[in-house]
Parts: sequence; C-alpha cells; structure tokens
Amino acid sequence: MKIAVCVKQVPDTWAEKKLRDDDSTLDREAADGVMNELDEYAVEEALRLAEANGGEVVVVTMGPERAAETVRKALSMGADAGVHLVDDSLHGSDALATSYALAEVLAARNFDLVIFGSESTDARMSVVPAMVAERLGLPQVTFAQKVDVDGSKVAIQRQTEYGYDDVEAELPAVVSVVEKINEPRYPSFKGIMAAKKKPVETLTVADAGLDAAKLGATAAWTKVASFAARPPKAAGTVVTDEGDGGAKIATYLTEQKFV
Amino acid sequence: MAEILVVVEQTDGTIKKVTLELLTLAQSLGSPSAVWLGSGYTDAAGSSLAEYGADKIYVSDSSELNDFVVAPKAETLAAIMADAAPAAVLIASTAEGKEIAGRLAIKANSGVITDAVAVSADLIATQSVFGGSTIVQTTVTTGTPIITVRPNSTTPVAKAGAGSRVDVAATISAASRGAKVTGRTVAQKGGRPELAEAAIVVSGGRGVNGADGFGVIEALADSLGAAVGASRAATDAGWYPHQYQVGQTGKTVSPQLYIANGISGAIQHRAGMQTSKTVIVVNKDPEAPIFELADYGVVGDLFAVVPQLTDEIEKRKA
Ligand SMILES: Cc1cc2nc3c(=O)[nH]c(=O)nc-3n(C[C@H](O)[C@H](O)[C@H](O)COP(=O)(O)OP(=O)(O)OC[C@H]3O[C@@H](n4cnc5c(N)ncnc54)[C@H](O)[C@@H]3O)c2cc1C
Ligand SMILES: Nc1ncnc2c1ncn2[C@@H]1O[C@H](COP(=O)(O)O)[C@@H](O)[C@H]1O
Repeated sequence: MKIAVCVKQVPDTWAEKKLRDDDSTLDREAADGVMNELDEYAVEEALRLAEANGGEVVVVTMGPERAAETVRKALSMGADAGVHLVDDSLHGSDALATSYALAEVLAARNFDLVIFGSESTDARMSVVPAMVAERLGLPQVTFAQKVDVDGSKVAIQRQTEYGYDDVEAELPAVVSVVEKINEPRYPSFKGIMAAKKKPVETLTVADAGLDAAKLGATAAWTKVASFAARPPKAAGTVVTDEGDGGAKIATYLTEQKFV
Repeated sequence: MAEILVVVEQTDGTIKKVTLELLTLAQSLGSPSAVWLGSGYTDAAGSSLAEYGADKIYVSDSSELNDFVVAPKAETLAAIMADAAPAAVLIASTAEGKEIAGRLAIKANSGVITDAVAVSADLIATQSVFGGSTIVQTTVTTGTPIITVRPNSTTPVAKAGAGSRVDVAATISAASRGAKVTGRTVAQKGGRPELAEAAIVVSGGRGVNGADGFGVIEALADSLGAAVGASRAATDAGWYPHQYQVGQTGKTVSPQLYIANGISGAIQHRAGMQTSKTVIVVNKDPEAPIFELADYGVVGDLFAVVPQLTDEIEKRKA
C-alpha cells in the first residue's frame, strides 16, 4: 500500500503570530517553524497503517525552503520518502491554491491513501482535506478518530457534532485524522540518523507541471482588506477567595444581568 | 434585491439556533433564502425559517444527502447556487459546514472565508485570528463570497419573510457516493443546551479531579441554564465525554458567558473559547494563564467557590 501524508510547517504553537505589514500574509520568519502538531497524528497513523498492512509512507509538503525541516522530522519518525514543493511563486497561496497544488502532486503519484491532519494551527480552516478530495474526485473520509484498512476498503469512525458516524470507502481515498486517534511517536536517535539518507524530491512549480496562474498571492480568491491587533481587553478583576468567592461572582453576574 | 443563501443546520428536522442567526445576518445583506439539505422538512420548520426572514426556502428533502459524507450536500448546494446566482452564501462554521464550504468554493469558482464573527453590508467578513490577538477584515475577490459564520455571532431577530417553498431534487453523482455512512452513534445527550450554541458555558478541567467532580460543574451549569464544557485534560482522562471538549481540537464556542473552573488556559484551550464575551475564572493558582482572559476571577478552590456560587444563584433566582 502506498500512503501519502500531507504535513504543513507552521509557526511554533506557543509563539506570538502576526501578519506582515507589506502583504498581510502570516509572518513565517518571526517564529520558529514546527510541524503542525495535528499533522503528527497523521504521520503516526500512516506509519501504523503501513506497519500493519505493509507499504510505504511518503510525506508531502508545500512550503518555503525551511519546511524541509518538517519533512525531515516525518522521515525521522519513520516515513520512507519525502516530496517538498517549494517555489517563491507559491507565497500567499490560499486554501484553494494549496489544495490545487497538493492535488496535482498527489495525483501524479498514485497513492492508495492520502492522510491529512484535521486542521493547521495557523490557518485554522480545516478545509484542505475536503478540497483535495473534491479535486481528485476521491471519497472523503475525514475527521477520523479510528481508521481501519482491509484489502481495498477503508473504514473510519468520523467524529461528528453528536458523536460519530461509521463510514466506508473503496481505496484510493482521502483521510483526515483527529488528535485523539493515537499518540505520535518521538523520533529515535536511530530514526534521526536514518532520515538523513532518505530520499526527498524537491519540486518547483514548473517541475510539478502546475499552472502558475492558479498559485500565489495574485491568484488568491480572498484578500485581507485590513487587520489590527485586538484592542487590549480591559484588565479584569481578580480576587482571592476568603470564604466569599462564590458570592462575589454571583454579585458580578447579577450586575452584568446574567442572573 | 439579490438572494443570500443560508444553509440550514438541523438535526432530524429541528432547526438549530445558528440558522436563525445566519438568517438575521442575511436580512442585512439582501433577500434571505434558506436551503434545506436532508430529510425531515416540515411546514413548521418552514414557518420558523420564514419568521426569521426567509423569502424563499429551497427544500431538498432527501435522506440520501445524509448517506454519504459531505459531497452530496456540496453538490446539491452548488446546483441551487448556480440557479439562484446569490450575492453570498452563508454556512454555519462547524466542522461539516466548513467542509461543505470548501467543496462548494471549488465547484463554484468562488473564494471562501471561514470562521467569520461578523459580515458587513458590503460583504466584508471579520475574523478573529491567532487566538484572538488579531482582528482581520477579509473580502472575497473572485466569484460569490462563501462565508462560514461562527455560532453566537449575532442575536436572532424575527422579521417576516415570504417563505415560498421551492423543491429541489438532490444531485448526487457517482463521485459523491464514495464515502458511505454505515452507522450513526449519537452520544447520550442530556437536557442541557448544545455546547456550540449555548449562551452560557460552564467548563471544568483537570482541577475538577475526577468524573465525580463534574457534579459541581453540572450543578452550576443547571442553575444558569448553561451547557457544560471540558478541557482536553478532563476528556482525555475520561471524566467527561469527548463531545464536550472545548478548544483547538474540540468545539469552538463563543458564548455570552464562559466560566472556566480548574482550567489553566493552555493555548489550545483558549483557541476554542477566546471570543467569549465575558469570562469568569476559578482557579487556585494565581499564575494560571487563563486569568489573562478573565473579566472576573477568583483565586481559590473550586470545590468551595463553585457550590457557593450555585447556591447564591439559586437564592437570587428564588
Ligand atoms: C494537538 C493538541 C490539541 C489539543 N487540543 C486541546 C483542546 O481542544 N482543548 C483543550 O482544552 N486542550 C487541548 N490540548 C491540551 C492543552 O495543551 C492542555 O494540556 C489542556 O488544555 C490542559 O487542561 P487543563 O487546563 O484542564 O489542565 P491543567 O493544565 O493541568 O490545569 C489544571 C488547572 O486546575 C487548577 N486547579 C487544580 N485543582 C484545583 C481546585 N481544586 N480548584 C481550583 N483550581 C484547581 C490548577 O491550578 C491548574 O491551573 C491540546 C494539546 C495538543 C498537543
Ligand atoms: N502547505 C501544506 N502542505 C502540506 N499539507 C498541508 C498544507 N496546508 C494544509 N495541509 C494539510 O491540510 C490539513 C488542514 O489544513 P487547513 O485546511 O489549512 O486547516 C493540515 O493538517 C495538513 O495535513
């Protein structure tokens, strides 16, 4: 089985994120880059499925030069090979453009299963997996809290507002996983050493045969008109409980007309 | 006046509050048209939609729309959109709502904005990003704006609409039948309001210290008619069901009032509750980062503070 896992490099979860003044895109230089933490679960699930069913795991990313670190991290966790789409003209791509680029790269490589994280912690859209499924015309089995592959079928539990749905599809299919599905492994020392020798294919927009007119800031179908730091919230009142803490909150809630 | 399509959120025929909010928003943007996707449509449902401004109600009352994951809904909605040529499409910002929006954007060659907290008359969407630290105004520059809007972004206001029903057959191509739903598990649901829609949310975290501890959280919630939420530490430990997790990988809530008890305020938790209007904190650690968000906070033991608060509320209500 050939499994692709799509990972994104994002600013460190704990770093303060901001937009660039020049083009209102995320300032990726301002913070350390890390693998989107929700994509670690996708890598882990891909590795487990390959271990259980036999097969190969290829990590796919689109992002600036330094996103190579994130590919390396997935390889050191155990993925077999990497594909890194990197090109200055990709800067400023929106979800539609990202899904187009990823879909083309994936389509050219005939995977049985493509696994995504459920959300990127910077964009927070949770749309790229559904968009890639739409573009590839493949079954969308997203928000999985459990994934089983049996021969040519994949079965998942799809997390929903009310609980979960059982969903089945024929391979090839597009999966996204939620964080409670597994516990991602840490790269071992051996894994880190082995990763250095694993193949990474670096592609430009031209190499991948993509239409440059559909990519980058100029092709984005949405535009940030303006942005501003949220006006600082007036500091709240914090009191120490002296046996009357609950009553004090009740008074506050009454003043604010909640009670 | 151009139509504004509003996708109805409903379970088994019961309309969710967010739909009335979206219709209210649509009233200020054009002529609201509700779009019903799935089985269970009733005249009573139609009347509620009209009461909140729906001039037209597109009804695709087919159980098949629920038999496959997302794709049939996006496809049917795209067909309605192509006919209606609306000025915008509004969808609730839920996990599935965003997926529908994403697929629709590709089919309709249109830009998509997710998690809006407001939409102005000239279709500029306001988003609160990076854990609420930045407010962004975004516009769609290509195609028809497709905007997902967070629950609790507006207060529903009734305004009679014509409510004319237009029946639409579901469009379900072979490609949309790829992911088949074979079973549905509904987690036990109590009498409390739904988490994502509730005006008040009372949450407990690791400080609640066990499943039993959630008794005090539930009692406070019930005194306020609130929903119960939990941090991941509490859901991971099995103290409270996962559906009630608030945060990055749980539900995003934006209530009028959020009461955080025994929750430290990790960035992933804040990501799901930062746009709450008023925040109350009870935590015994004065250094807990959640206090940064507090409008009113008490440093103390939740097992003393919360029951007292519940008693006080009950007294004041009496
Ligand atoms: C990929 C990923 C996704 C995540 N998604 C989410 C998410 O969606 N939602 C989420 O919540 N978290 C999420 N987390 C976890 C998050 O990082 C934190 O670990 C979690 O929010 C901590 O929960 P907590 O505040 O309840 O526990 P803790 O951080 O342990 O805090 C407990 C607090 O309770 C206080 N306390 C203890 N006893 C008492 C008492 N008797 N009275 C009063 N106060 C008391 C303590 O002072 C402390 O501040 C995610 C993490 C990762 C890596
Ligand atoms: N630039 C990218 N390269 C590779 N995968 C991506 C990229 N952007 C998003 N993804 C994948 O899509 C998922 C959802 O992202 P998003 O829709 O941006 O929230 C992520 O968890 C990744 O698996």
